[in-house]
This record gives sequence, structure tokens and C-alpha cells, in this order.
Amino acid sequence: MFSTKEAGPPTSGAVPSRRSFLDYLLGTSAIATLGAIVYPIFRFMQPPQTVESGENSVVAAKLNELPNNSGKIFKFGNKPGIVVRTETGELKAFSAVCTHLECIVQYRTETKQIWCACHNGQYNLSGKNIGGPPPRPLEEFQVNTRGDDVVVTRS
Amino acid sequence: MNMKTVTTWVDERLAVTAVAELARKKEVPLHRHSIWYYFGGMTLFLFTVQVVTGILLLLYYRPSAENAFESVQFIMTEVQFGWLIRSIHSWSANLMIATLFIHMFSVFFLRAYYPPREITWVSGVALLFVVICFGFSGYLLPWNQLAFFATKVGTEIAGVVPIVGRPILRFLRGGDDVTGATLTRFFGFHVAVLPATATVLIGLHVMLVQLHGMSVPPSLTGKPVKKMKFVPNFLLRDLIGWILAIGALAALAALFPWELGEKADPFAPAPEGIKPEWYFLFMFQTLKFLPAKIWKFDGEVLGIMAFNIVALLLFVVPFVDKAPGSRRNTLIFNSLGIVALLYIVVMTIIGYVT
Repeated sequence: MFSTKEAGPPTSGAVPSRRSFLDYLLGTSAIATLGAIVYPIFRFMQPPQTVESGENSVVAAKLNELPNNSGKIFKFGNKPGIVVRTETGELKAFSAVCTHLECIVQYRTETKQIWCACHNGQYNLSGKNIGGPPPRPLEEFQVNTRGDDVVVTRS
Repeated sequence: MNMKTVTTWVDERLAVTAVAELARKKEVPLHRHSIWYYFGGMTLFLFTVQVVTGILLLLYYRPSAENAFESVQFIMTEVQFGWLIRSIHSWSANLMIATLFIHMFSVFFLRAYYPPREITWVSGVALLFVVICFGFSGYLLPWNQLAFFATKVGTEIAGVVPIVGRPILRFLRGGDDVTGATLTRFFGFHVAVLPATATVLIGLHVMLVQLHGMSVPPSLTGKPVKKMKFVPNFLLRDLIGWILAIGALAALAALFPWELGEKADPFAPAPEGIKPEWYFLFMFQTLKFLPAKIWKFDGEVLGIMAFNIVALLLFVVPFVDKAPGSRRNTLIFNSLGIVALLYIVVMTIIGYVT
């Protein structure tokens, strides 16, 4: 790259010239400096991982708020869940986050299905995706009653 | 110190005469497609309306999950002419996207991207995506129910892209879910990052148009084309358009003030009949139509990847169409353009009526 005939000491074979050594030093320092600036910025932009709430069980509803053929959204940690009481009085609970694009689902009394309003996704009362775009079933939770409380537990 | 000395002093420092000379020399070709030349300027005008009304809204808006909705409510009900400023901001945003689409399709069909105008096209496509990001980020700021779900779905769409999707989703949301952290970020994008990017791109785009002059469609090469002076003839015509636009904005804002809806609730189901803004409707409808599984893949992943690929293809149009205006390329690119346009129009209509 650089002629050493006139400038700098004579070099032989693999010994780099002073010029190319300085170029190398300058280049690597520039890259290192740039890296030292860009890396913290890049890391700063990544939001810190929040700790998942350790809640494994939650009181989702009172029995008297849930007549047969109805549903209710409840807070499970920082995610929404849905508890459904079927026509026969059976209690079911699922994650309320649609597996398609994460909208929040709701229970439809007319169709007796769990429905997502965003892209018309449908789930049956076992949480299975039975119509529309959702690719996977809803995550199912265990439901128990404790007195008047409807208790939902992550299985 | 007389007037002449002042003029000379200013001119020596700012080269006003040279700029004025350039403006005097600028000409606009006159032919049967000249009408399309107005849409670039119209888009730029609506952008300045956005800057002005946006700065005004900043005087009262408060970017946090606790305060955002209430502050917009305050703007709409308490601040004098607050309803007007906010409605104009929303309407002008929509009109700007409309004129931008018209501008892009007219440039596409008239092959105005032919050499040496490739970078003008590329900067224009980049501006299209910046404007869409403006729309998407601004939509969340009132922190209402519709905005909340639009943002959930929109960011989730980014999230399904293989490998890079998840980190992008977390970057956009400021965490795993759409929360107040997302609002803070979107506010920052909307009022700082995007305006800075748009300013640079618009500067480049407009400078390149001056550098290369207004393009004459290849179909008219060889034919004599009349010209019109930009200053004052074309500029005055532009001005009439802009005055009409202000009138239209005021009328729209007065007759159809932008709704605020209900405050976002992260634990309420998506409202029935939820739909995105009209310029996202064709993609929304496509996602609705796609089945859960196409062969081994999730339908939505394939759909989203397809839209991403089309978006990337938009950038390279001038480099693929190497002989713009040739009989063969005219046929190919007109067909592609018409198919794209028909797809957008038909899917938008279906999305609107269903």
C-alpha cells in the first residue's frame, strides 16, 4: 500500500512498515472507540427483563358473578386470563391472550365459543382453535372453587 | 447604511441571489400527465401542517399511561380550539398518507425513477415507511382502547418475523407487553426520532428533485414538451391547492372531529368490530383471510413475510426496471402496479364493509 523506498526505514519481508503499523493502530483504535460508544447505546435500547410474577394461583371471580353461559376476564399476574362457566355449569379457565396476534379474547354467549374480535379467531370451550387465523389452542388453567371463590391455578 | 449595502452584505454571506437565480431557472414540463406533479408538493404541505399542529399539541399532551388519555381529553374539551388542532392533526395525517400513496403510484406508473433518479425514488420509499411509522406511533399516543389493540397487534406482527422479530418486539414495546413503557417509547419515536429522520430524507429528496429537474415520462421522450416557470406560475397553482387543503382540513375537523374513544384497559377484551386505520386495512384483511396453517408454516408468518418482501422490492424498483419505458418493461411494470393497486383497493373495500 505504501512505498517505503523514500520514507521510513527500510523493511524486509514480513516486518511491517512504520506507516502501516500506525495505520493499523489508528484503525483499530477508531473501531474500538466506536464500539465503546455504540455498544452501551445498543444495550440501553434493550428493555430490561422484568421478573415474571410468581403468582401461580389467583381468585379469578366470585361464583355469583358467573351465571351459566358467561365469561369473565381476570388478571393473572400481568397477563389477562378468561374464566368461563359453560351452559351446564362447568368452570373452565384459559389464558385470554389470542395465539394469533395477542389480542384479548372474550366469551360469546350466542355461539358459546371464545372469540377474538381482532381477526375473528374462534376457540371451543376446551380452548382449541376451531376457526379463523389462530394457529394454536389457548393455554388452559385449572379451576377450583373454594367457598364462593373461583380459584385459577397454573397447571 | 443604505438598502443596497444591506442586500450586498446578506448576499455575500447567504448567496441569496444565486438561490433566487436557481429558483428562476426551475421549470415544470407541461403535458397530459402534469397534474401528478402537484402531489409531491401537497404531501410536503400536509407534512408542515403536521409539524405545526404537532408542536401545538405538545404544549398540553402528557406522555404516560396515567395521563395521556386525560391530557388528550383535556385538549379536546378544555383547551380553546383544542378539538380543532387535534382533529386537523389526525385528518392531515390521513390526507398526507393518501397524497403520498397517490404521489408514489404516479411516479411508479410514469417511470419517473429512471436514471439518474434512482436515489430520489429510494428516499421517497424510505419516506413512505417513515410516514407509516409516524401514523403507527402517533395512533397509540391518546392511549385509548383501539390504539392499545392496534399497537398490540402491530408490534406482534413485527414479533413473528423469524430470528430478529422477538428482539424488535421487545425494543418497540419497551418490554414484553404493551404498557406505559411502550407509550413512552412511541412518544419519543413520534416527536424526536421520526421527525429528525423525515427532515433529513425530505431534504435529500427535494434537493435531488432540484438537481435532476422534474422528470418527463419516457413515453414522451422525443416529443416537444412545453414548460412552465416554477416561480411564480407553478408555485401559485400549488398555493391554490394548499389553500383548498386548509379548507378541506378545517371542514373535516369541524364536521367529523376525531373521536377519542375509551381509555385503554390492558384487561378488557378487544372491542367488537375493531379495525385499524384505512391504510392498514388491506394487510389486516389479508391476515383475517389467511388460514392458521399453510403447509408447515403459520399462515400469519407467511403473510407478514410476504408483505415484508414486497416492501423491500419497492426499494429496488429502479434497479430492476433497467429499461424504463421499453415496450416489454412497460407491460411488466404496469401489470405489477395495477395488480398491487387492485389488491390494495379490493382488500381495503372488503375490510371496510365486513
